[in-house]
Amino acid sequence: MSTDEDPHTITVSVDGQVEEAVVAPRTLLVHWLRDALDKRGPKIGCDTGNCGACTVVWDGLLVKSCMVLAAQVDGGSVRTAASLCGSDGTLNRLQQCFSEHHALQCGYCTSGMLMTAEDLLDSGDELTEAAVRRGLKGNICRCTGYHNIVKAIRAADGQDVDQDAGEHEG
Amino acid sequence: MTAEQLTRPAATFTGRSVRRKEDDRLLKAQGEFGDDTPLARPGYLVFVRSPYASARITRIDTSRAAQVPGYLDALLPAEVEELTDPFMELQPPPGDAEVDRCLASNGVVRFVGEPVVAVVADSREAARDVAAAVVVDYEPLPHVVDARVAIEESAPLVHEQVGTNVAFEATYDWGDVDFALANADHVVEVDELHFHRFSSTPLECTAITAEYDAGTDSFTFTGGFATPQLAVLNLVGALRHPASRLRVVSKDFGGSFGVKINNHIPATAAGLLARRLGRPIRWTETRTEHHYAGGHGNERWFRNVKLAVQDDGTVLGVTYDALDDIGAYSRYEPLGAVIWTQVANACYQFKHVKVRYRSVYTNKGPVHPNRGYSRMQHMWLVERMMDLAARKLGFDPVAFRLQNYVQPEQYPYTTVNGCVYDSGDLPRSLRTALDLIDYTGARALQEQARGTGRRIGIGIGSTLDSGTNNFAQARLLNAHIPFSGNTEGGLVRIGADGSIYATTGGVAFGQGHETTVAQVVADLLGVTYDEVHVQRGSDSSLSAQTGFSGSYASQFAVTGIGAIRNAALKLVREVQLVAAATLGATPEEIELHGGTARVITDPERALPLAAVAGIVHFSPAELPPAVADEVGLVGRAVYRAPFELPDLERKYGNLTLTYATQVHACVLEIDEETGEVSILRYAAVDDCGTPINPMIIQGQVHGATAHGISAALFEHFGYDADGQLSAANFYDYHAATAADLPSFAYGNVVSPSPFTPIGAKGMGEGGGAPLHAICAGIQDAVGEDGIVLESFSPPERVLRLLRGHNLEKARVTR
Repeated sequence: MSTDEDPHTITVSVDGQVEEAVVAPRTLLVHWLRDALDKRGPKIGCDTGNCGACTVVWDGLLVKSCMVLAAQVDGGSVRTAASLCGSDGTLNRLQQCFSEHHALQCGYCTSGMLMTAEDLLDSGDELTEAAVRRGLKGNICRCTGYHNIVKAIRAADGQDVDQDAGEHEG
Repeated sequence: MTAEQLTRPAATFTGRSVRRKEDDRLLKAQGEFGDDTPLARPGYLVFVRSPYASARITRIDTSRAAQVPGYLDALLPAEVEELTDPFMELQPPPGDAEVDRCLASNGVVRFVGEPVVAVVADSREAARDVAAAVVVDYEPLPHVVDARVAIEESAPLVHEQVGTNVAFEATYDWGDVDFALANADHVVEVDELHFHRFSSTPLECTAITAEYDAGTDSFTFTGGFATPQLAVLNLVGALRHPASRLRVVSKDFGGSFGVKINNHIPATAAGLLARRLGRPIRWTETRTEHHYAGGHGNERWFRNVKLAVQDDGTVLGVTYDALDDIGAYSRYEPLGAVIWTQVANACYQFKHVKVRYRSVYTNKGPVHPNRGYSRMQHMWLVERMMDLAARKLGFDPVAFRLQNYVQPEQYPYTTVNGCVYDSGDLPRSLRTALDLIDYTGARALQEQARGTGRRIGIGIGSTLDSGTNNFAQARLLNAHIPFSGNTEGGLVRIGADGSIYATTGGVAFGQGHETTVAQVVADLLGVTYDEVHVQRGSDSSLSAQTGFSGSYASQFAVTGIGAIRNAALKLVREVQLVAAATLGATPEEIELHGGTARVITDPERALPLAAVAGIVHFSPAELPPAVADEVGLVGRAVYRAPFELPDLERKYGNLTLTYATQVHACVLEIDEETGEVSILRYAAVDDCGTPINPMIIQGQVHGATAHGISAALFEHFGYDADGQLSAANFYDYHAATAADLPSFAYGNVVSPSPFTPIGAKGMGEGGGAPLHAICAGIQDAVGEDGIVLESFSPPERVLRLLRGHNLEKARVTR
């Protein structure tokens, strides 16, 4: 008979690589990804699911990996921000837009932001400024004030964002 | 690299918005933050913390904890008292009797969240289990969480042996404010204003790895250390270990904004345990721990405030009593008691300023320097008073500020206390900000909204971002502190294959130092930006650093870049010597261009830098001995900020080298039913002298703007009557999200500093301009119904403001 203490054996595809592991029932997905696999995309910025720095995609669903147990993802597939660039290391369009529009400073929230932004871009929704801001509500950034993140995402959506930059020489 | 960059001639990277060097690794999830580095045989440290604001520790029992699987060790307060020396205190007697260690000392706890026991286990989960099994018995003691109560005779003492809750006290008296108040046409008085407690709460909490190598008897501490050499001094003092065998390293660093400046305190506990267990110790602070003990911004009460104003609108001066609530330990304090005097005049031509300032202990989390440190509080007070005076005396708020600002032709402008404002154009900055919010249109909007249940307000916040400290200001609080001036170091070298390496003494936590360093070095060495390899983070064992190295007080564009520039110029001289000897010219005839050293008048005679490196590193016999002996292709230099010692008696002298300005303006709307504030338009106008990378500057302005708006409307480290923190996580402490903030209109004015190597000024802190602008905007919307005397405006307070809040606290007495 299994108890709450028994470890689970899980098989998970992480960024396209099949990983087998034995995890404690209480191990959070974010801890398993970071500590066992050295995946540096998901970061921990809070204890309460507010900050979104640990955001990953689990079986096509955008999730905060601190709110999921490692045992839950058995048999599934997980994508982290490490999967976004090309196999030769080339930045994808969104990543390029983040760099061009200076949408990152310390970089700690960036992986989570990128995952949420990719999800927004894939949603098919019209990405007005208000829609992007609503979509980013679950990801906290303490450096950029979001202005350039919103701009980068809209640029990745193909919008001409330099027009509304509001820059002005005094 | 783009084709444009490849073909562009040298001397073109500085001043351009080049993409950041840091971005690639961070975007690809390949950065290395404090908790990222995998460790062999790690021990995970967890602190057992006090649940009481003030209590005597009567018993600590770790026997059950030691039975928990994975348990490795437990460090107790008594052991810390035996194994370490207390951290250095800056304040003179009696405050210097304070004892601060990495665990609660003298058998008492002084704030909720204070570390009491440090436990280590072989996994994160086990460490938490071990901590949960530690039993600490407490006998609660009386506590005090309000600085106004803490100064009373009857108040419980936070530090018994100090004998008072006033950690430091000084009176600053410049000009003759009493004469001004007695003779001014008008005096505006306010009984009390309150600047609330919040912090920039970086998204990465602190993570520290302590390693001890028994073979060399040496410690390595890895984590975010914003002032590495001062961290070394603090650690060696506490650990009683020689500095020669203690190293402090920072890699990627998820924000600091000042508050991580005291990381040597938890690092001391990690160091003791690493040595005792012979394995690396990792401490990863949780969000809740960060909010308890990771450092709050200074909370300040301003009492008995008076502003002297003439009939023609000239403001003569200001006076007040300040109670600065520093929490349970002074740490970097009471430096806040002198730091504010860098901007004693704020943006205005005051002739008289008198402040009685007291730094006060309370049973709350300690304050650490936080973006806008100590100057923001004073400038908020001044801006509130200017705003109120204009309203109460019937002056136009724009004209009143324009008239009293330091005027463009007055620079360099000497303040009441001998600080020298280097350059600026405040009137133009304000006009630009008002254009960006369409001030006239906004006034029309305000009229239209009357009677609709929505109130529109327009607010202005004018501030200075003083940068590059004269450390002699520490002597104003304690004449025995042997600090003065300021320096930073830089190192640029050419490796054996011609690769170019740059190392700065500064420590970046998001400001893009790798980028701006590479821009400047590329121009001086005549190479492309991509060819300059800049060391990530910082390492106290590298010779680039000076004692004051680090990132604080808005200074990198001056000190860090100044040092790198001096280092690159030394290296240029060495390259010139080698090329001159090889090409048969004099060093003065050689210029560095396009990756070569060439003869200016005959550019065909050129030596690629790789060839210069090849000769120096592998074939020195080709060189004249005098050149070969002198040249190592290493330029190491210091930038020294030109400062003198202040007059301690008068508290007079120049305390900072540069003054960037931020003038913000906003249009906001109050919902009369809910008290909720929405920002309709927001403009920030920046003037930080000659820009190095405008994109990075704009990013810093955005960030400081978001911090200020969020602090004004959402963020508050409140304590209840029991001394419990009411915002110990991101549910209760609402850091603004994208949905809470508007886009920002950005404008800039460029007033080069006459005092710095390339005319740049330090910037990034922003002076808390949004707090000033939003308070003024709310006041403008509320009109005569209430008075904004608190920096924090949650909806419930805004509702009170609409119903007469604070009306009795402010008056025109003449």
